[in-house]
Amino acid sequence: MSAATMGAGSRREFSAVSVGEVLPAKTVHIDRARLVQYAGASLDRNPIHWDERFAVKVGLPNVIAHGMFTMGAAVTVVTDWAGDAGAVVRYGTRFTKPVVVPYETGADVVFSATVTALDEATRQATVEISALCGTDKVLGRATALVQLA
Amino acid sequence: MPVNPEFAGRVYPPSAPYGVSAAKIKEFAEAVGSTDPVHTDRAVAQARGYRDVIAPPTFAVLIAQRAEMEFIFDPEAGVDFSRVVHGEETFVHHRPLTAGDEIVGQLTVDSVKAAGGHTMIVTRAELSAGDEPVCTALSTIVVRGGE
Repeated sequence: MSAATMGAGSRREFSAVSVGEVLPAKTVHIDRARLVQYAGASLDRNPIHWDERFAVKVGLPNVIAHGMFTMGAAVTVVTDWAGDAGAVVRYGTRFTKPVVVPYETGADVVFSATVTALDEATRQATVEISALCGTDKVLGRATALVQLA
Repeated sequence: MPVNPEFAGRVYPPSAPYGVSAAKIKEFAEAVGSTDPVHTDRAVAQARGYRDVIAPPTFAVLIAQRAEMEFIFDPEAGVDFSRVVHGEETFVHHRPLTAGDEIVGQLTVDSVKAAGGHTMIVTRAELSAGDEPVCTALSTIVVRGGE
């Protein structure tokens, strides 16, 4: 299984992509149930992500989302666009601000992304992702390198 | 106790193998909202050239964090887990994690740096299946200084 044959037939064509292309955005609603689901799936059961009393006791304003949940949800904007979840060869981010998740309202995070560079030789695209909760940038320098067809 | 700066460069023994299952991949994909059928439908995955269903890009954290715990809970390292904040994460995928993989993680502490009362630590978990490198996970944690 080589990098060139993986994702056969489903991945977006390199030649169809241009620098500056804006990917379809996505808004994700986060509530406590969502965080408990992620805690179970990821095995990150830190109570700051589901237990309000504990979160407040350690100095947080409220329960906060797992940074890795936000990172994982953000990259779906890229994989949906690329046509194959296996197309991401490198993905990194900084966790700049926590997503605070109040019991009553939850939180909405808006993910958007733009193609910022293309490499003809490798047929790879660099995609920069933005994640906004209200006016807070919750991810910093979130960048995915995507292997296109 | 502050973080021990002598841990920079330390390499931990490989972790016990983690068996990547189709069930865990499905559960993780649902949790992050990745609806690509390549996570859940073996026929779709094989039509795309994969051996079996593949994991979303951030699934690797589940295995990498097991390796990181060796350092974080190493009594000699001096890391106060209640003061740990996740600063950065990067995955370099050599190929997607695939159902049926038996993955071993080996952790290296790349750097330990004090800055403004805090300590920034970069760890690198090399995930591999036998001799085959699968993913490199770089994690920056910040240990907040005491008041």
